[in-house]
Amino acid sequence: MSKETIRFGKSAVTTQEFVAEGHTFCTGCGEALALRLACKALGENVIIGNATGCIEICTSPFPVTSWRVPWIHTLFENTASVISGVEAGLKILMNKGKRPEQDIKCVAMAGDGGTSDIGLQALSGALERNHNFLYLCFDNEAYMNTGIQRSSSTPYGASTTTAPAGKFSIGQITKKKNMVAIAAAHDIPYVATACPSYHFDLMRKVRKGAEVEGPAYIHILSPCPTGWRYSSNLTIEISQLAVQTGIFPLYEIENGRYRLNADPPELKPVEEYLKPQGRYRHLTSDNIERIQRLVNEDYARLKKKAAAFPM
Amino acid sequence: MSRRVALEAAHAVAEAARMADVDVIAAYPITPQTHIPERLAEMVADGELSAAYIPVESEHSAMSACLGAAAVGARTYTATAGQGLELMHEVLYAASSMRYPIVMAVCNRALSAPLSIWGDHSDAMATRDTSWIQIFCQNSQQAFDMTLWAFRVGEDPNVLFPVMVHFDGFHLTHVTEPVVLPEQEEVDRFLPKLDYPFALDPHKPMTHGAFGIPDVYSEAKVAQEIALRKSKSVILQGFQEFGDIFGRHYYPVEPYKTEGAQTLLLTMGSFGETAQIAVDTKQSKGESVGLLNLRLWRPFPFQELREAVKNAQKLIVFDRCISFGGPGGPVCSEVRSALYNERERPTVVSFVGALGGREMSPQDFEYVIDRGREIAEKGSEELFETVGIRGEVTGIRG
Repeated sequence: MSKETIRFGKSAVTTQEFVAEGHTFCTGCGEALALRLACKALGENVIIGNATGCIEICTSPFPVTSWRVPWIHTLFENTASVISGVEAGLKILMNKGKRPEQDIKCVAMAGDGGTSDIGLQALSGALERNHNFLYLCFDNEAYMNTGIQRSSSTPYGASTTTAPAGKFSIGQITKKKNMVAIAAAHDIPYVATACPSYHFDLMRKVRKGAEVEGPAYIHILSPCPTGWRYSSNLTIEISQLAVQTGIFPLYEIENGRYRLNADPPELKPVEEYLKPQGRYRHLTSDNIERIQRLVNEDYARLKKKAAAFPM
Repeated sequence: MSRRVALEAAHAVAEAARMADVDVIAAYPITPQTHIPERLAEMVADGELSAAYIPVESEHSAMSACLGAAAVGARTYTATAGQGLELMHEVLYAASSMRYPIVMAVCNRALSAPLSIWGDHSDAMATRDTSWIQIFCQNSQQAFDMTLWAFRVGEDPNVLFPVMVHFDGFHLTHVTEPVVLPEQEEVDRFLPKLDYPFALDPHKPMTHGAFGIPDVYSEAKVAQEIALRKSKSVILQGFQEFGDIFGRHYYPVEPYKTEGAQTLLLTMGSFGETAQIAVDTKQSKGESVGLLNLRLWRPFPFQELREAVKNAQKLIVFDRCISFGGPGGPVCSEVRSALYNERERPTVVSFVGALGGREMSPQDFEYVIDRGREIAEKGSEELFETVGIRGEVTGIRG
C-alpha cells in the first residue's frame, strides 16, 4: 500500500485505502463514502468494532474481507460493549506488559438502528463508563440492510416499509430521535455531526474524536439512494442540501461548548431537500410547511445553545 | 504449602480467578452470583489482582465486553445466573463460534416467571446447545478447582472454546466450606500464560466475525462441532494434569460406591452429595444401590456414561429442570439417548424435583431410589415423575 498523502490546501489526505475495493455497497452509497473518509482519517493503528448492518454485510462475506485494519463484528446491538472490552483489554495487557505499548484507537461503528434503537443501552453504558473510544453512527435513517424499515432515527414524514405513507398515514409520524443530544447528555468530551459531502470537516472530526481522551461520538448522515429513493448520482448534492436547509446541521460539542461548522446566512427551503427523494414524494404542501416549521424551530434552538455555550 | 481455608463457592471461584491472573472481568450483578463480582472488584480495588473490572450495564454487555477483551488476547472472566444467562443467550453463541476462550461461572438459578432467585438447572439447560464446554461442581473445592481447569482447557490452542463452570445458586454460592488453596507456583505450573493466536493487532490486521453465506455456513458449523468434540482429549488431559499437581482427581462421570450395584442413581451438581447419604443408608441396609455424578455436561461423555452403567439393571436420573412438553428431565433424556442403541442397557427412569430452591433431603433421595426401582420393574406410562412437589399429579404422561 502506498503511504503517500495528497494535499488539498491545508489538508493532507492519505492515498491509502483501509476499506478495500470490491465491497458490495450500492452505487452512490453515502455511507460507503463516509466510511472511506473516516478510515482515512483514522489510519492504520486502529481496532474497529462493527455492528451488524450495511457496512458489516458489504465488507465481510467470508472468505473475503475488505478490511485492511483489525476489525471485529459479533452481533447487532452490542458493538459499544465489544469495543469496551477491546479498549479495557488493550489497556490492562499493556499495563501488565503482556502486549507492547502502542497507541491503538478503539472505534465502534453502527448504523442508526444499531445506535438509536437496539444498541442504545450498550452505547449509553460505554459512554458512561468513560472508555477511551470513538463511536461512529452512520445514519441512513432506517433499517436499510433489511429493506428500509423505520427506525427511531427516521425523520417525520418519510415513507418506509414499516411506516409507509398511505391514505391514513404520512409515513413516519414521529420526530427523528436526537441521538446527538443523547450522546452529549453523557457529558463526554467530544460530540459532533458530520456528513460525507463535507469531506475535510468529516475527517477532521473523526481525527479529533479519535484523539480526545475518553469517549467521543460522531453522528454521520449517510444518504442512501436505495432507501431514500433518489438517483444515485445525487448523493453529494442531497447531503449538501441536508446541511444547507438546516435539516442536518453540522456542529460539534467539545466539553459542553458548541460550534456550528456550517451556518449559512439563510437556510434553503426544506422542499429543495425533500423533493428529489421518493420517500417524501407523498407529502402535501401543508406537510412540507410543517416540516419547515419543525426544522426552523430545531435550528433556532441549536443556535441558541451555540450562542449560550460558545466554544 | 497449600492452605485450608473456609470459603463459600462464590469467593472460592473469585480466588481461582485471581490465582489465574485474569486480565479482564466484565460482570453485571444478579443474585446469587453477586459475591463473585463483589470479591473480584474488591481485589482489583485493593491491588490484589491486576485486572480491568468493567462494570457493564447488563449481562448482554458483560458477555459482549468479554468478546472484545478475548479478541485482543486478554484472559477473560465473568459470572452470571438465571435471567442473566438468558439475557446473554445470543452472545454465548458468538463467544463459542468465534472461539474465544472466556471462562464463566454460572450460579445455577431458576427462570422467571414467577420470579425466583433460588437454584435449579433451568438456566443451564437453556444453554445446552451453545457449544460451550460445560462442567458441574458439587462443592466449593470443586468450584475452585474447575475454574482453574476451565482456563487450562478452554485456552488450549487445540481447544479455544469458552467454558461454563456451573455450581448451584445458594446451595453452593453462599455456603461456607473448607477449601484447599494451592500455592501460586502450583497454579502457574498447571496453567500456562494465555497466548491467544488470533489477537487483534494493527501490525497484523485480521477480520473477526465475517458473515457466512449458505455456501460456507454449514461447513463452518460442522467444523465447530468436530472441534468441540475433539476438545475431549484436552479435557481429560486437563483432569490428569490437575490430579498430578493438586492431588484431586476428576472424571467426566464419577462413580460413588457403584461396585456391583444393580440400581444406579445419577445426579448432576451439588445435590449429588445429598444423594450420597441416601446411597450410604441404602447400602447399610444391604441394598444394591450406587451413585453416579455427571460432571462433564458438554461435550457429553457418551463413552464414559455407557461404561459406567453397563452392569446396572436400573438407572434413575434426577433432574432439577423441566423440559416443558418434552421427553422428561433434560439430563435424563440425554442419558436415554446415549444408551438407546446399546445392546444391553439399564431401564432408565426420570425424576424431576428441587425446582426454584426446593430442598431435597436424603430421605427424598431414598424415596426416589425406592420408587425408581418400582417403576423400572413394573413399567410406567409416565414420562417422568416428580418428587417433593405438592398436588395430586406426581407423574407426567406424554
